[in-house]
Amino acid sequence: MEFLEIKGVSKGYGLPGSRTEVLRDINLSVEEGEFVAIVGYSGAGKTTLISMISGLLKADSGSVKLRGEEIMEPSPERAVVFQNYSLLPWLTVFENVALAVEQVFPAWSQAKQREQVEKYLAMVNLTPAAGKLPRELSGGMRQRVSVARALATEAKILLLDEPLGALDALTRATLQDEIVRIWEQDRRTIVLITNDVDEGILTADRIIPLSAGPGATLGPSVAVDIARPRDRRALNHDPAFKHVRKQVLDYLLGPGGRQKTLVSRKLSLPDLLPENLNEPRTLFGVRRKPRRRSEEKLETVEV
Amino acid sequence: MAFIKRYKLDSLLLPLIGLGAFLMLWLVIAGRIETRKAVDEFGDPVTKTVKTGISPDLPTPGETWKASKPYLVEPFAKRGELDQGILAFTKLSLILVMQGYLIALLIGTPLGFFLGLSKAFTKAMDPIIQVLRPVSPLAWFPLGLVLFSSVKLMDGGGKTVFGASDAAALFTIAICSMWPAVMNTAVGVRAVPQDYLNVAKVLKLSKAKTLFKVLLPATLPYMFTGFRLSLGIAWLVIVAVEMLTGRPGVGGFLWQEYNAGSYSRIILCILTIGVVGLVLDRLMSLVEARFKTA
Repeated sequence: MEFLEIKGVSKGYGLPGSRTEVLRDINLSVEEGEFVAIVGYSGAGKTTLISMISGLLKADSGSVKLRGEEIMEPSPERAVVFQNYSLLPWLTVFENVALAVEQVFPAWSQAKQREQVEKYLAMVNLTPAAGKLPRELSGGMRQRVSVARALATEAKILLLDEPLGALDALTRATLQDEIVRIWEQDRRTIVLITNDVDEGILTADRIIPLSAGPGATLGPSVAVDIARPRDRRALNHDPAFKHVRKQVLDYLLGPGGRQKTLVSRKLSLPDLLPENLNEPRTLFGVRRKPRRRSEEKLETVEV
Repeated sequence: MAFIKRYKLDSLLLPLIGLGAFLMLWLVIAGRIETRKAVDEFGDPVTKTVKTGISPDLPTPGETWKASKPYLVEPFAKRGELDQGILAFTKLSLILVMQGYLIALLIGTPLGFFLGLSKAFTKAMDPIIQVLRPVSPLAWFPLGLVLFSSVKLMDGGGKTVFGASDAAALFTIAICSMWPAVMNTAVGVRAVPQDYLNVAKVLKLSKAKTLFKVLLPATLPYMFTGFRLSLGIAWLVIVAVEMLTGRPGVGGFLWQEYNAGSYSRIILCILTIGVVGLVLDRLMSLVEARFKTA
């Protein structure tokens, strides 16, 4: 039995008739302790996919199972790190993590809960910022709080929804290393969603491309056989890295790429006649406005 | 000019210029008192005082000051029910406003929460709210009298402590000042980011915990904006209510002085109402700023 198993899942939005299918025929299985990256175009339905694993959304058809049990609703055992951090701005860093700990381990003594929060804040190197409010932190620090909150619940699986999407390249690199470091400490299952192929290859055991929408589906999974720890500087020259990267990009730009469609549209061009300076000014000192000659052309555009 | 800029005197100077211009305008409209010597038809010399101005009945700033002085110098004096120092009146008015305002918040905040949480409830209630919202306090007061006609609480001596008109006054203040609190709370609840609710869902927070740990703190800034606007309206309504009931307070005093023909004190009342309203608004902005998050 697989740890996480997604079978024949499809999901669409809208009423019947004007319905758009976002995801179709998604099949994915993840083993316990595995680090899987899903790479895809923005707007392809990556967040929809992770929402279905977390239970925030329900699949229209197919099944999502964790340890053989159907996922019906959200639960702290599947912790989510959202792209926009989703910290409660009126709580300090410590309180944000503590809220999750108190909720998941209500039976624990206060001292033990405190210890748990402190342990995970230390793991993401945020002990000095424990008393600060989220707005006093940088984007990278906020995301680390969000990771600490997810880890502190001791979830069986971590779902990272483009966690580094809003960060600058340098902070991104540091946090990528940090996520890998944390994962190596206790080998919890991680599903990372990203739009950055390199990020996926650098961090994950396996990388799966998600084709462009509408009706996105998962491409062939590519195993990343690069020994850890992976050095991002040496990686660029590693033939295995180049091979994985080529395979993923070939799918994303080839069969999984954006379908182009030809559309014929009538376009009206902004066709203006210049102002006539010889014309006398009117009563209010204004010349007549430039005239517009409307002209429409039938053009075929590639969208 | 550099001197003025360095010490930021313009923030002091410009309001003073504005105030001066306002006083000038007042003086022009109110005119001056002139004493003329004339000879009547019997040949006797008489002195006549004539007031010249655009509106001769309007008291001049000087007259206003002279007539208001006893109320300002002894602000807490109580010479009679409707002859008290200006701060004593203000206190009476504020007590009534606070009572009505509290009722408005106690009803309005939960109502706003329900409106924000349930689309069906909003659809059901919205037409009624939109119709009731613009109704003037003058129109609500008689309805209050009818509604609470049987209310009569008496003390030991058989004196009415809380009668129909008191109940109607509170009702009027509450129902007029409720709406900004209701609307802002509803908007605030609807504006709670989905992310926060997702966090609550993933952590499986109970309904009550979601309300108190997520919804309420996220809505607080909106709520306090509503509370501030509500307080402003409650203070507006007080004058109308006191005029209609004739109870002692700034508004009641104003109406009494109008009936007594001493117009100077009307101006005193108007200025007092304005200043108190300003102070209340500033105090509420301070509280509001305290609850601003992110």
